[in-house]
Amino acid sequence: MPLIEVEHLTMRFGGLVAVDDVSFTARPREITAIIGPNGAGKTTVFNCITGFYKPTAGRLTLRGDREYLLERMLDHEVGQKARVARTFQNIRLFPGMTVLENLLVAQHNKLMRASGMSIYGLLGLKSYRAAEAAAIDKARAWLERIRLAADADRPAGELPYGAQRRLEIARAMCTDPRLLCLDEPAAGLNPRESAELNDLLVSIRDADGVGVLLIEHDMSVVMKISNHVVVLDYGRKIAEGAPEAVRNDPSVIRAYLGTEDGADA
Amino acid sequence: MDARLSQMIKDAALTALVAAALGVFIVGFRTIDVGKGGPTFDYQFVDLAVAVVTIFFGRLGLQLASVGLKWPAFALGTILGAIGAAPIELPSTFLHWFVLLAGILIILRTIWPWANEAMASARHSPRGVIYGAHAAKWFGAGLLVAAVALPFAPFADQKMMDLAVLILTYVMLGWGLNIVVGLAGLLDLGYVAFYAVGAYSYALLSTQHGLGFWSVLPLSGMMAAAFGLLLGFPVLRLRGDYLAIVTLGFGEIIRLVLLNWVDLSNGPAGIGSIPGPTLFGAVFAETAPAGKTTFAEMAGIPFSGSQRLIYLYYIILLLALVTNLFTHRIRRLPVGRAWEALREDETACKALGINPTNTKLTAFAVGAMFAGFAGSFFAAKQRFISPESFTFIESAIILAIVVMGGMGSQIGVVLAAVLLIGLPEWFRDLGAYRMVVFGLAMVLIMVFRPRGLIAHREPSVRLHPVRAGP
Repeated sequence: MPLIEVEHLTMRFGGLVAVDDVSFTARPREITAIIGPNGAGKTTVFNCITGFYKPTAGRLTLRGDREYLLERMLDHEVGQKARVARTFQNIRLFPGMTVLENLLVAQHNKLMRASGMSIYGLLGLKSYRAAEAAAIDKARAWLERIRLAADADRPAGELPYGAQRRLEIARAMCTDPRLLCLDEPAAGLNPRESAELNDLLVSIRDADGVGVLLIEHDMSVVMKISNHVVVLDYGRKIAEGAPEAVRNDPSVIRAYLGTEDGADA
Repeated sequence: MDARLSQMIKDAALTALVAAALGVFIVGFRTIDVGKGGPTFDYQFVDLAVAVVTIFFGRLGLQLASVGLKWPAFALGTILGAIGAAPIELPSTFLHWFVLLAGILIILRTIWPWANEAMASARHSPRGVIYGAHAAKWFGAGLLVAAVALPFAPFADQKMMDLAVLILTYVMLGWGLNIVVGLAGLLDLGYVAFYAVGAYSYALLSTQHGLGFWSVLPLSGMMAAAFGLLLGFPVLRLRGDYLAIVTLGFGEIIRLVLLNWVDLSNGPAGIGSIPGPTLFGAVFAETAPAGKTTFAEMAGIPFSGSQRLIYLYYIILLLALVTNLFTHRIRRLPVGRAWEALREDETACKALGINPTNTKLTAFAVGAMFAGFAGSFFAAKQRFISPESFTFIESAIILAIVVMGGMGSQIGVVLAAVLLIGLPEWFRDLGAYRMVVFGLAMVLIMVFRPRGLIAHREPSVRLHPVRAGP
């Protein structure tokens, strides 16, 4: 059964059709990559799934403990209730807060419940302190996994670029997501960092059992780790399937390289 | 070397010339009304000359310091400072201050880069971090002990205590606004409105319904918090400048309603004879009203006018400390971290499933609540309130305290309140010039500490605790 089902998703901005009748599914414990040339509408699909845009038409169904219709939810509810987490193309950490604090903010809703509208927290009750200790333990485990434990108390904005990318993924994972949406996580990484990222994403899929939706330009990442690839061009889905099949699909090659006489399809 | 020196002298001469041109009309003449025959002029050219010469050497000193000629600059600063402090005949005390300040300024400017470097290197060494954490703790504790002991100090006369109460009121307001501006990053220019709501809540409930200070205090906090929510709803979508303008408008609306709704607030005439706070039912007065006892009778000590003032001082100290402890605690709670996260990046907050509406509203409500407490204290202290006390300039001063203290810094707010409220009062002797000193202090802070007096942000939680020892 699919984790998320995107049906006839259309997004118009005035006269511009950014996403045109796109349907695909992503399965749990799989990495689904969305690829396509610049301006193909990949990030728009992401913004619709994560609630930042209200789609013009179409249905987005996420299957968790029940079915969530994402297009009907407020932007923060998609994270809070349907538990879809995301990262951004241009990193959006809380730069003035420490690395550890970034990971604790991600556990806000759980901690908020434990702090009993802040009242238990203000009184310093044991139940809240236990919840906070658990949150810190979870953050520490993630920091060790992304090799940032030594930098836990530094402001996140001071970290090098690659570390900020890893931290943003760890922050999204700290929300206990069902679906993790990564918008070009390998952008700006060197080959070694990119290989590390592959390992991290594979472990998120296999060890944490989280479904991953991935926008990526770096074909080495896409071909190596994704189970399923969706190709967009000019807002339309032009191909879908296993990485090998998509790579050899003539329409995909045409979209990326253009036709032989120079005219786009 | 010579070319540089002549360049500097030229520059200093130019500055002095500008000062002379500007000063000749401001300082050089003074019109005196002698009755018949129109005003005559009183010439103050000696004042002007001293000021211009000081400015010449002052500019020269700053130039020397900025090119790294430490010792000549230092010498010049010392000479100027000595002249200012020396018991020589100058036309006014202000000139003494002026020359002295110029000297101090040059010395500060000279040692600034060196001090800055030393501080920066200390901050980055592991020992420095430990030292810094301890210093902050001890400084705060020392300040608290001094504040508790102040009424018993030999120099604490009525004037001093009045000023201390005033400063503490602003410290409390600063700490309250710090929640909204410093933590949640919502620029609120109408904070005084909540102060007014608290003050009028107490004034009306006490004069019309006979309620006491301690029972109204939580009510006025709640009233102000309710108004905080009321303001919060319409401004949820606004950010930055737009938010500032709407909150400014809200502050004015509250003031205008108080001014014009005469049936409720008695309009511009204000509300008088507000009862002061009581201590276990005892009032602070020479003779008690029927059915009450005075504090002096209860304690069995002779009555003195300062008892009321000392009591007020301890109330505001307590209220301010409650505000501080609350903020200190809530910063470490999820809601406090969410405030800071919202300040840093609202979009990222939404992506993490944080409800920005609730988070902003709690910040507005909690900040307003403390203004409400402070407002009802203000009404009980003044015993008379009118819309005059809640003008925009109050909001501006409170905001200035928060910004100058360093957004989000608790100790910084104390320092800034002492500076901004205390300084103009201290320099009252300087008469019209005191605002000049005030302005100078503001400019200096903005030049040397553009991010506020204390710009350091202490993490709300650490994975690796800072420990003493090697």
